[in-house]
Amino acid sequence: MSATVKTLVNQPYKYGFVTDIEADTIPRGLSEDVIRLISAKKEEPEFMLEFRLKAFRQWQKMTEPAWSNVKYPPINYQDIIYYSAPKKKPKLNSLEEVDPTLLETFEKLGIPLSEQKRLSNVAVDAIFDSVSVATTFKEKLAEEGVIFCSISEALREYPELVQKYLGSVVPIADNYFAALNSAVFSDGSFVYVPKNTKCPMELSTYFRINSGDTGQFERTLIVAEEGSYVSYLEGCTAPMYDTNQLHAAVVELVALDNAEIKYSTVQNWYAGDENGKGGIYNFVTKRGLCQGVNSKISWTQVETGSAITWKYPSCVLVGDNSVGEFYSVALTNNMQQADTGTKMVHVGKNTRSTIVSKGISAGRSSNSYRGLVKVSPNAKGARNYSQCDSMLIGDNAHANTFPYIQVQNNTARVEHEASTSKIGEEQLFYFSQRGISAEDAVSMMISGFCKDVFNQLPMEFAVEADRLLSLKLEGSVG
Amino acid sequence: MIVENSGTVLSVRDLTAEVEGTPILKGVNLEIKAGEIHAIMGPNGSGKSTFSKVLAGHPAYKVTGGEVIFQGNNLLEMEPEERAQSGVFMAFQYPLEIPGVTNLDFLRVAYNSRRKVQGLEELDAFDFDEIVQEKLEVVKMNPTFLNRSVNEGFSGGEKKRNEILQMALLEPKLAILDETDSGLDIDALKIVANGVNQLATPDNAILLITHYQRLLNYIVPDFVHVMADGRVITSGGKELALELESRGYDWVLEENVSEVGAK
Repeated sequence: MSATVKTLVNQPYKYGFVTDIEADTIPRGLSEDVIRLISAKKEEPEFMLEFRLKAFRQWQKMTEPAWSNVKYPPINYQDIIYYSAPKKKPKLNSLEEVDPTLLETFEKLGIPLSEQKRLSNVAVDAIFDSVSVATTFKEKLAEEGVIFCSISEALREYPELVQKYLGSVVPIADNYFAALNSAVFSDGSFVYVPKNTKCPMELSTYFRINSGDTGQFERTLIVAEEGSYVSYLEGCTAPMYDTNQLHAAVVELVALDNAEIKYSTVQNWYAGDENGKGGIYNFVTKRGLCQGVNSKISWTQVETGSAITWKYPSCVLVGDNSVGEFYSVALTNNMQQADTGTKMVHVGKNTRSTIVSKGISAGRSSNSYRGLVKVSPNAKGARNYSQCDSMLIGDNAHANTFPYIQVQNNTARVEHEASTSKIGEEQLFYFSQRGISAEDAVSMMISGFCKDVFNQLPMEFAVEADRLLSLKLEGSVG
Repeated sequence: MIVENSGTVLSVRDLTAEVEGTPILKGVNLEIKAGEIHAIMGPNGSGKSTFSKVLAGHPAYKVTGGEVIFQGNNLLEMEPEERAQSGVFMAFQYPLEIPGVTNLDFLRVAYNSRRKVQGLEELDAFDFDEIVQEKLEVVKMNPTFLNRSVNEGFSGGEKKRNEILQMALLEPKLAILDETDSGLDIDALKIVANGVNQLATPDNAILLITHYQRLLNYIVPDFVHVMADGRVITSGGKELALELESRGYDWVLEENVSEVGAK
């Protein structure tokens, strides 16, 4: 790989700063006492503590999965801090009382929370380490009956709703990291859209890891009642530390009859330096349940950060005629590793799913698509279309595709297409001979490659995602 | 000095270059003036394609000696995109396919990069469309090609026509056509040659790199140079090409062996 390609991919990480803020941090390590402490700090109802303890006991019996195509040294779970929150407790109803240092931090990240500078038509829940610090546009959403708040607040204000759905899509012992999350999750977002309501604005959660040895275990739950619609977007950044930090989230989506949930992610956690030192371990379980007839869940993800990404946003298509979609761009550079994809489980009749995955690998990174399409015996007339494209930048990156297809009835139609392309010296020379710089050439090729996925993002974020990818690749080509 | 050289577009002196440590060019000399069409012919492996890539600045080729002056500037000190922006154009022997980037976007960005250097305002998609529609006629290209990805799924002839379309848009001072005739049937060759002839003006210069004389029936050169073993061993008028066509390359290599050896 010549110098130009390299300089193109290696743009410095802009969000690597640390906010100096007094924090309420519990001691390192994990035990039943720690879980009781977290639950007490959050003033949770009794059922929640039971939920956590049950998960913790399950987790202790489980072993860390080793089947994915990623490598990392053993994680010492007793060396992680499971709860850290800014000391000055925000009153969740008034943004004015939020610590100005926090408002400044989010502003620096491009997420203005203060009244006069808010993003128009996007409601934001801002999560700083273990807690939600602010949620905008709550009153306006409430007029429509839409609940959008932190999950901690939801546990206090709407415990019956949370109890009904929490763990209904991702059971507490689903997998090692989901069990850990169920035991120790600290905060996240809760969305409830009532019957026949179209959520009037984009909902967005911004996750920020600040302190050094803290794990972030967020929990998000979105419930769309019959005939409702909601579009939700999450963004993530973290400071640059030399040590690895664990981020193990669980996201559950429930769509009832004729409901639609659109869930988009722009993930830009710190990825570590060019030698692979530091960075976030992003071990996430995301699953959507299309419970009702004609329901639809659509995942769109742009994964650019993290030292290791391990996530498979999935759809369980139970309702007849329900639809699952997965659109993904996963970019890895330097020493980053990604093993990501989706699961589409067809249970109901005439269920349909679409998978479009675009993997971009630069530097010495490794990028794997892993996907399962499962059609159960009763899913008559089920259809799936999968497309997995890989793009290699330079000569030292790896791309893999692991599609698993399990079809248990003969009326199903499953299609799979795959391609691999490369941005190399010759393509760049062709552009430069036409007067186009290597930076512009790469960004044109990447935009073109990712077009099908970016088109799925809410407008406000599509441009941002495009720009983010170009920045990430700066220095990778040449 | 400037007055004296005003007609000279390209001046190459004792140019040597290597690829991965192997010397390919061993002292090339060439002078091209505005309004001239030059052809470089030669057997396979003579270095003629390397010469074109060195002029365009391909990163795989390393210049080890000599100089190249383009319109009074040291070409070898310029980045490949600067060379392009200042008017050096190369039509590729094997134009690359760029999936996901439309031909129209590619052409517009290239066109605007040239305009920017010339201190002209960049054109938006709307204004550019008018210009490109006009240029399509030079190579008789169907407008639907503009909305397809660059060269993706194009036939050999369509790729070469697309190269000439780019040349028509960029209006280079020096156009280097690297084996543009290779892989073309006679109809496509005529369209491409006709396009090039329309673009030749008293202000620009054209350098044809070709193995066969066939192309020169349609684009008539003012000078023909024969390259062998990394040097220009003999030069002449258009009749030299015809002689090469009927007698092959061997006689010219033999006749010039002593001269080359003496150097």
